[in-house]
Amino acid sequence: MIKKIINPKLSRSEKMAFERYVKANMKRAYYSAFGIIGSHDAAMELSQAAFIKAYRNFKSFDNTKNFFTWYYTILRNLCLNFIRDSKSKRTVTFDEQIEWKEDTNPADDIEKEELKKKLWESISQLEFEDREIITLKEFEGLSYKEISEVLDIPIGTVMSRLYYARKKLAKKLEVFK
Amino acid sequence: MNERFIYLIEKYFDGELTSEEKSEFDSLLLDENLKNEFEEQKRVKEVLNKMKLKNPSAEIWDRYWLGVYNKVERGLAWIAISIGVLILIVYGSIGAVESFLADTQTPGIVKLGISALVIGGLILLFSVIREKLFIGTRDKYKEVQR
Repeated sequence: MIKKIINPKLSRSEKMAFERYVKANMKRAYYSAFGIIGSHDAAMELSQAAFIKAYRNFKSFDNTKNFFTWYYTILRNLCLNFIRDSKSKRTVTFDEQIEWKEDTNPADDIEKEELKKKLWESISQLEFEDREIITLKEFEGLSYKEISEVLDIPIGTVMSRLYYARKKLAKKLEVFK
Repeated sequence: MNERFIYLIEKYFDGELTSEEKSEFDSLLLDENLKNEFEEQKRVKEVLNKMKLKNPSAEIWDRYWLGVYNKVERGLAWIAISIGVLILIVYGSIGAVESFLADTQTPGIVKLGISALVIGGLILLFSVIREKLFIGTRDKYKEVQR
């Protein structure tokens, strides 16, 4: 147990490599968690907790593979547990954490501000899997191949899940009716 | 929905349609239902493309790695503290039982009862710790709640 926590089997170079992986992937990790659970504090906490678990199991990571793909499995499980816990405690809350991109900022446009709110509300109401795939593709900009690796599903399934997730989103967005 | 149509829509959004696929896609869009489906997808996609998740402040990113590092280090500290507390509890319990048994004033039946209580408590403590440390670490699905 103690060995697992401090992981003394890691050489200095492995520890340095791990630090590099954290620094290179922390933003993507945070945003992925945030897109799924919708809370800044929880996303910060869970993405860090997932890195700690990754550190303890770093020996089992095959460094010829993509670190984020391996890490995301841990993060996803933590997020799922968090959602289940929150649901049982009825405390799922989604901070409104989206904004217009700089070049499309409609500060004076109330209608578009409403649309932003409505969009976030609708995303929050989606099922975990739909919210996850929309986050990975639309907010994180992962390719179909990357999503397929991260979620361990065929590319065709990624495409079809995305399609149906967008369709559900459209239904929730009354403005499109 | 037609899987081929979904495939073509996704490739269209990524700007990856070949000229043959483009003609195939255009011909599918002659169908009113498919055209409506496409328009709906396009509108959602356009709105999503204009949005981004808010970026936390730069200081948060500066402290991020340190946060991970500190938590790894604190895990070790908690283990050390737990071991220390455990040793003291066991040592104190044994000492208390010894002095209690040496007391000639207390009836034998009470001594037996209290000794059994302390021994039971220690066995229970040991069992819980063993479960947490050894059985828990071997369960590869422990991260997933059932």
